[in-house]
Amino acid sequence: METDQHKQIPFNDETLAMVNRIIGRYPEGRQKSALIPLLHIAQAEAGGWLSPETMDYVASLLKIKPIEVYEVATFYTMFNLKPVGNCTIEVCRTGPCWLNGAEEIVSHLEKKLHIRVGETTSDGKFTLKTVECLAACGNAPVIQVGTAYHENMTTESVDLLLDEWREETSPSYQNPYK
Amino acid sequence: MSLRILTENIDIPELTSFEVYRKLGGYRSVEKSLKTMSPSGVMEEVKKSTLRGRGGAGFPTGMKWSFLARGIGKPHYLICNADESEPGTFKDRYLMERNPHLLIDGMITSAFALEANTAYIYVRGELFRVLRILEKAIGEAYANGFLGKNILGSGYSLDIFCHPGAGAYICGEETALIESVEGKRGNPRIKPPFPAIAGLWDCPTVVNNVETLASVPWIINNGGEEYAKIGVWKSTGTKLMSACGHISKPGVYEVKMGLPVEEFIYSEEYCGGIRKGNKLKAVIAGGSSVPILPADLILKTAAGEPRLITYESLSEGGFETGTMLGSGGFIVMDNTTCIVKNLWNFTRFYRHESCGQCSPCREGTGWMEKVLYGIENGEGKMPDIDLLEDVAKNIEGHTICPLGDAAAWPVRSAIRHFRSEFEEHVKLKKCPF
Ligand SMILES: Cc1cc2nc3c(=O)[nH]c(=O)nc-3n(C[C@H](O)[C@H](O)[C@H](O)COP(=O)(O)O)c2cc1C
Ligand code: SF4
Repeated sequence: METDQHKQIPFNDETLAMVNRIIGRYPEGRQKSALIPLLHIAQAEAGGWLSPETMDYVASLLKIKPIEVYEVATFYTMFNLKPVGNCTIEVCRTGPCWLNGAEEIVSHLEKKLHIRVGETTSDGKFTLKTVECLAACGNAPVIQVGTAYHENMTTESVDLLLDEWREETSPSYQNPYK
Repeated sequence: MSLRILTENIDIPELTSFEVYRKLGGYRSVEKSLKTMSPSGVMEEVKKSTLRGRGGAGFPTGMKWSFLARGIGKPHYLICNADESEPGTFKDRYLMERNPHLLIDGMITSAFALEANTAYIYVRGELFRVLRILEKAIGEAYANGFLGKNILGSGYSLDIFCHPGAGAYICGEETALIESVEGKRGNPRIKPPFPAIAGLWDCPTVVNNVETLASVPWIINNGGEEYAKIGVWKSTGTKLMSACGHISKPGVYEVKMGLPVEEFIYSEEYCGGIRKGNKLKAVIAGGSSVPILPADLILKTAAGEPRLITYESLSEGGFETGTMLGSGGFIVMDNTTCIVKNLWNFTRFYRHESCGQCSPCREGTGWMEKVLYGIENGEGKMPDIDLLEDVAKNIEGHTICPLGDAAAWPVRSAIRHFRSEFEEHVKLKKCPF
C-alpha cells in the first residue's frame, strides 16, 4: 500500500512525549486507561490502520497484554483492522440522514468508485465506509472525511469532494493530538 | 419570548477564547463558589434549581450529587458525558464547538461541589475537532489559574482531562462509559452498585451530560430559586432542542421549558413549519429511543391539552398516547415519510450498537431488523406484525442496560400508532411510498 510512506512505528521522540503526557492523565497504575487515546495515535502514525504488530507495540507501551488491546480494538468502529485508502469517506446512514438522501449518496459513491461499502479502491486512494449518526442531523445528509464534516450533500457536491481528494497526497486520517 | 441561558453570546465566533468568554462575565460562578461558598452550599443551590439531567433520563442533578459516597477514603470523580450519539441529537456538539468555556466553567463549579480533584470529559471519538477545541480551552483555563493547584488561591485543586471514545453508541450509557475510560470494551455494568458508590476505578463517580453541567454556572450566579422560576412545575430552566427532519429550519434551539410543541414546530422563531408546505405526519421528540407519536398526539395530549416541551407534558398518557423529552433530539416527519422504512433503519442502528452481553437485546434487535426489512421490501406476512411486537415485549425490561428498551420502544409505538401502514405494506407486497 502507498500508505506505508506515513508509517511512524515505533513512535519518534515527539510522539513518545505525547504518549507519556496522556498516560500522566490517569492515576498511577491505571495506565491502561490511555489505551483508546494511544490507539488513535497509533492508527494515525501507522498508515490509518492497526496491524497486529502495531497493537502489540501499543501493549508494550502500556505494559498490558496484547489480548487487552485486541479486545478493545475490535470493539470500537473507528479502529481499522485492515489497510485503508489515503482518503476514507464516511457516510452517515442513520435515520435523519437516511430520510434525507444518504441512501442515494452511498449508491452514487459505490458507482463512482467501483467499490462496495467497506472496500478500498485498487489504487489505494479511497475507502468507503458507512457510519452511525454523526450528531449533525440538522444538515443531513452528512459525510465525514478526516475531521471535516461535509453537510447537506448532493451527488454533485460528492463529485467535487472526490475530485479534491483525488489530487490530495496527505491522508485523511489524523492524530487527534497534533 | 426567548431566554438564553446556555446560548447567550453563542454567535460571537471568538467566544471560544478564554479572554472573550471571561470578558462577557464567564467564570464568575467559579469565583463565587470557590471563594464564598462551601461544596454543600453549591449542591444546595443546584438542588433548589431542580435542574434535571439533560442526557436523556431527566434525573434530578442535585439529588444525584447527594448520593455520592463521601468520606470513604477514596477520591471522587466527575465525568462529563460528551458522547452524544443518540440519533437526532446534536446539541452538545453545538455547545462545545461554540462555547467550550461554559462547560469548563460548569465542570469546575460542579467538581468543587462534589469535592472531586479530577474530572474527565468523555468526548465522542468521531469528534476530533471538538476534542481539539476542548483541549485548547482547558489549556487556557490552566494558564489563567482556573484549573490546576490552588485555584484562585482558594485551596481547591482540580485537573480536567479529555478522554476520547472511538465509535460506540453504547459508551454513552454511563457504566459503559466508565468501562471505556478504564481502557476496556464498552460493556455496561450490572447496577447496583451505582457509579455514585463504585464508579471509575471503583471510586465514587458522578456522570453528567454536557448540557446539565453547562447549566450550573447560571444557577450559581443567579441562585437556584431564580432558575426554578423558569419553566413549568418540575421541568425548570431551559432545554436545548436539536430539531431535524422535514422542517424549514433545522437547528439547535434553546427553549424555555413549557413552550407548546405546536409553537416550536410552526413558529418562525423555531422550526418554521413543515418544509415545502407538506403536512406533519409524526414526531420522535427526544432522540431515536423514545416512542414515536402521530401529529395529533404530539400537538395535543389524548385529553386535548396542548402538549408542552416539559418532561411531564411529553410523557402525559404514558406510552399509550405519550412519549418522553429524552435528549431533546426532535425528529420531524412529513407525509412523504414511510414509518416502516424509518423504523427499519433505527432498528438496524440498535442491532449494530448492541454490545451483545444480553441475549434478548443481541438476538432480539437482529430479529426485529430482519422482520422489518421483510415487511418494507414486500416479503412480510400479517402475523409478522404481531411477531415484531412480541419480540419487542420480550426485550423490554429484560436486559442489563436501557439500550434494549431503547430498541423496543420505537417498534412498539410505531405499531401502536401506525399499524395500518404495516398492514398496507403486507397487502401491497411493497412499500406504498
Ligand atoms: C444506550 C444509551 C446511550 C446513552 N447515550 C448518552 C449520551 O450520548 N449522552 C448522555 O449525556 N447521556 C447518554 N445516556 C444517558 C447516560 O447513561 C446518563 O444517564 C447521563 O449521562 C447522565 O447525565 P445527566 O443526569 O446529566 O443526564 C445514554 C444512555 C443509554 C442507555
Ligand atoms: S441491553 Fe444490549 S447494549 Fe445493553 S448491556 Fe444488554 S446487550 Fe449490551
